[in-house]
Amino acid sequence: MLSIIIFLMAQVLPGDVARRILGPFADQRAVDVLNHELGTDRSLLTQYLDWIGGVLTGDLGESQSLRRPVSEVLWPALQNSAKLAVLAFVIVVPLAVLGGVTAARHEGRLRDRIISIGGLSATAIPEFVWAVTLLIVFSLGLGLFPSTAQFPDGAGPLTQLEYLILPALCLVFVLFGYIARMARAGTIEALDADYTRTAVIKGLPERTVIRRHVLRNSLLPTIAVVATQIGYLFGGLVVVEFIFNYNGLGQLLFRAAQTKDFPLLQSSVLLIGVVYLVATLVADILYSVLNPRVRLGSAE
Amino acid sequence: MSVPGQPLSSAFDEALAGTPAAAGPVRDKGGSARREQFARLRRSKTFIAGAAIIGFWVLCAIFGSLVVQDPLAANPIGDLQAPSVDHLFGTDRLGRDVFARVIVGAQGILITAPLATVLGTVLGTVLGLVTGYFRGAVDDVLSRIIDAFLALPVTIVGMLAIVALGPSKLTVICVVGLVFAPIIARTVRAAVLGEREMDYVAAARLRNERTSYVLFAEILPNVMGPVMVEFTVRLGYAVFAIATLSFLGFGIQPPAPDWGLQVAEHYGLINGGFWWAVLFPAAAITSLVIAVNLVADGVTQAFER
Repeated sequence: MLSIIIFLMAQVLPGDVARRILGPFADQRAVDVLNHELGTDRSLLTQYLDWIGGVLTGDLGESQSLRRPVSEVLWPALQNSAKLAVLAFVIVVPLAVLGGVTAARHEGRLRDRIISIGGLSATAIPEFVWAVTLLIVFSLGLGLFPSTAQFPDGAGPLTQLEYLILPALCLVFVLFGYIARMARAGTIEALDADYTRTAVIKGLPERTVIRRHVLRNSLLPTIAVVATQIGYLFGGLVVVEFIFNYNGLGQLLFRAAQTKDFPLLQSSVLLIGVVYLVATLVADILYSVLNPRVRLGSAE
Repeated sequence: MSVPGQPLSSAFDEALAGTPAAAGPVRDKGGSARREQFARLRRSKTFIAGAAIIGFWVLCAIFGSLVVQDPLAANPIGDLQAPSVDHLFGTDRLGRDVFARVIVGAQGILITAPLATVLGTVLGTVLGLVTGYFRGAVDDVLSRIIDAFLALPVTIVGMLAIVALGPSKLTVICVVGLVFAPIIARTVRAAVLGEREMDYVAAARLRNERTSYVLFAEILPNVMGPVMVEFTVRLGYAVFAIATLSFLGFGIQPPAPDWGLQVAEHYGLINGGFWWAVLFPAAAITSLVIAVNLVADGVTQAFER
């Protein structure tokens, strides 16, 4: 397990920070200068210790555009984004699993085609298109929900929900197709398997077969996808938080990019990398908890 | 599906593109097998429907400016008019005809998205051929770099790069292309791993052919199936990514007509009731991404069975 963490760490952490910020075509001198300013031209070990020291004491440097310590703006933004992301996942995961399983049970027939093509189309449409469509229908047309996600300070959970539902729905639409697709593929495979046939032949009711034998196996790849989508989610959050004017990590990153606020930019990207890492790790652990075959394999 | 230590995203990509290695080495694809594939493609309803919509937008991009009003003609008195006979889709906040801007706006994305995808596919295919064929140190190093690339979402990588380089069509093409290259490389690599053990590769090597000949004349034709599938699937993502980038202001710059930009300029006015300046370009994007995905679906079905 530890090896996985270290391996992923090495992947996620940016190697040449200035090069990453300035892009692959930037002048080498500019890169060197920026690296020196950021202190990233020092040896890896020094940087690493410095970074760890900074992170442990909660010191991530100071944001140039906001003139405030990065950590002071980063944590509330992360909390806000997490709220939005959790809401989106709470809606999309059961929905997508249900959709995927339904499609698999009617493979090749009308219901499957509708769910598959609908999911594919929903996924392919950019978040901002969903956002404006939802705004036109629910905010302008029906007057149901506010057009911004930034709830007033001290709003109760229900009010917050009312503000967050439209932005969360944008993410739901884009995520639905991916997750439903995996759930469908996994379920079709599990429905084909010998153990499913055995369960049916021994006379178990269909409901029990699906719940006890099929779902348990078909949801494994789905968990993997859900974790991957957390990394992707941040890309979506940038757009959605921007449209709904929500003070989350995505909008912070966007503003940092616009104002070329490197300390803030660096820390946000780093934070996203870490969140992605943790999500992948949690998925790996969940995977082995749920899949006895993997668990046995690693114990030997 | 997921091997610990490998990025989990591969599990998804494999499901999306089918397992490339399982697409199987069909020898003599230049002959009947390939004709069969194209015949299957022509029969595919999703492919036809998607191609028709794309064809429509291509026509709009080429000939649109001859038919419609001037998409840049501002009219301060006639701003934000509701759709009418004069202005089918209404006018925007500068009094420009939304219909004209939607039709001509097809140009930007129809130039950038395919070019970016071609760039990504060419680079990715070369990268995948080299990593898959040589294995060893080259493979290890390149694969590590590829994995590092894949840890961050495309939108964010693109945003950072464009912030650094300044927005222009060329930057968008290069950035999206470069981001896609490693993703495509991974698929091609998986296909090459299956091919390199085949007898015809050993035969070519025994004939003392140059490595470049073995790679591009022997192996490449046999992995074209996965490459084609990757290309069409990535084209969908390219439209998605480029539209999003231009919405965020990192793509085509005003006053040029562009769908993403049009939405960005007017979404703040939705609550004032001015929905038409946003809805029509948004619908145009929707039709294009769905069309590209229908085509990709058709190609996947035809080439991977």
